[in-house]
Amino acid sequence: MKNRVNSIKIGELKQKYPFIMDYFAANKLNIDGYEDYSFKEYLEHFTEEEKEQWAIDTEVLMEGLTLYINQMLEFLGIKEETSVKSLTILAGRDKSGDREGFEKIDIKSGEIISIVGPTGSGKSRLLADIEWAAQNDTPTGRTILINDEVPDKKWRFSSNNRLVAQLSQNMNFVMDLTVHEFLTLHAKSRMVENEEEVVKNIIDAANNLAGEKFDLNTPITSLSGGQSRALMIADTAILSSSPIVLIDEIENAGIDRKKALHLLVSSDKIVLMATHDPILALMGDRRIVIKNGGIKDIIEISDEEKEVLLQLEKMDSIIQKMRNGLRNGEKLEMCNDCYRS
Amino acid sequence: MNLVTFSGPPSSGKTSIILKTIEALKMRGVSVGVVKFDCLYTDDDILYEKANVPVKKGLSGSLCPDHFFVSNIEEVVQWGKKLDLDLLITESAGLCNRCSPYIKGIKSVCVIDNLSGINTPKKIGPMLKSADIVVITKGDIVSQAEREVFLSRVNSVNPRAISMHINGLTGQGAYELSTLLYDEDENIDTVQGKELKFPMPSALCSYCLGETRIGEAYQMGNIRKMKLGDEDEK
Repeated sequence: MKNRVNSIKIGELKQKYPFIMDYFAANKLNIDGYEDYSFKEYLEHFTEEEKEQWAIDTEVLMEGLTLYINQMLEFLGIKEETSVKSLTILAGRDKSGDREGFEKIDIKSGEIISIVGPTGSGKSRLLADIEWAAQNDTPTGRTILINDEVPDKKWRFSSNNRLVAQLSQNMNFVMDLTVHEFLTLHAKSRMVENEEEVVKNIIDAANNLAGEKFDLNTPITSLSGGQSRALMIADTAILSSSPIVLIDEIENAGIDRKKALHLLVSSDKIVLMATHDPILALMGDRRIVIKNGGIKDIIEISDEEKEVLLQLEKMDSIIQKMRNGLRNGEKLEMCNDCYRS
Repeated sequence: MNLVTFSGPPSSGKTSIILKTIEALKMRGVSVGVVKFDCLYTDDDILYEKANVPVKKGLSGSLCPDHFFVSNIEEVVQWGKKLDLDLLITESAGLCNRCSPYIKGIKSVCVIDNLSGINTPKKIGPMLKSADIVVITKGDIVSQAEREVFLSRVNSVNPRAISMHINGLTGQGAYELSTLLYDEDENIDTVQGKELKFPMPSALCSYCLGETRIGEAYQMGNIRKMKLGDEDEK
């Protein structure tokens, strides 16, 4: 394979694997006019001085091209088989070496699991175990199964297929791009076919979540907190390939959290949500209680808690209404039935 | 003894990552020492001392830091052997993005951060391109989309490397990295005769030798003029 790829004419390669243009661009190789050369011949046209000046390592570049093509082909293949249907965690130990308070937890795609526990109790470790698809080879001794099987090593090392996508309160956009440029860039890196359509879907979904609408030409860095969160969630739901989403709190402002979770779940994601906000925590079907580095307990939501959730949602909607009123310059009025459930 | 070279742009999180990884290695009973290379200043050695990690630092001063690294690496290895370390880590800042301290047959790790901009993978030369493992930091403060785009850029520059996200603050991912760094069956006694993965740039001009005056008359040796007004990029 190695020699084959590097001795095929670049023009032919380009036709067969259009994505290699990204490889050339990332490595600052301008192949214009060299379509009739093989990659090897192209690299040989550089003088020793040029190679030194531009830090061109021909061996590494040739080896890299073959690997890159194989990885991209594998990635394009994976997209078709919808992969993760269930995630299973088998118990390990807490920080004191004691057995965790459960044997096995099965989580199906489309399910929301809340994670509760004090700061430093082991949430990061749990997440790292899932991300790494631990096989009794991490400090907790937990084992992770995907679709009831020992997962493929690809989840650990592949650049294009990571198990876990993360959303957290501290995250910001840092690129200097408009919403449209940004989403197009992400869509390109995920190699979706119908870019424009996907970009439009994400914006529509994000505007459906955000309190205040924004358009395609807004720079991502000037979005409000709620708008940023909405865009991140919509983008993760629609464009991220990771089947598991970990959410670290979603602030209760400028975004419809219920719709946000619904959007993720409807994209068949497994949602793990670290939160101490009762409305969010009770939106989970179950919640994992973490203590001293281990899972202490798994609590199924009770009928009473479902009632509590309804009550909390009512209170929340009153606050939202008042927030919108303030935004529109209204005067707030006493709310008479606020405290009745 | 195992030897691993870490490098990466300034403030990308090298020291945090190494410290978190050492914590994980210590749990497995692996003894680790660090040699920190820098140019003018570093107080990272204090951080290592605080964590009870044997540490030496080397400041290159007026010399090119990577040239300084190569000229000292054998002595550094012998220091590690004297302390009977299981694993010796060298840490150096990539300063001009052109050099890399990687040695053939020695595990190399490049640390870069998500905040440095999506074109950074393109700008960093052999330090990123010829690394065996690429660690990407500060993923906790940028969006998932930016992490994905950044990772795919890294991958297109260096498809050979294992790339991973590590959080230098919480240590999430550091344990996993530690499993890739230490191999019981590996043993390095000396790096004498080994070769750099990529040659360092040749530069010997009058300014290397201390010239400060500007003008053709004072320029000697390896001098190259930029073509102003012409396409100067390949």
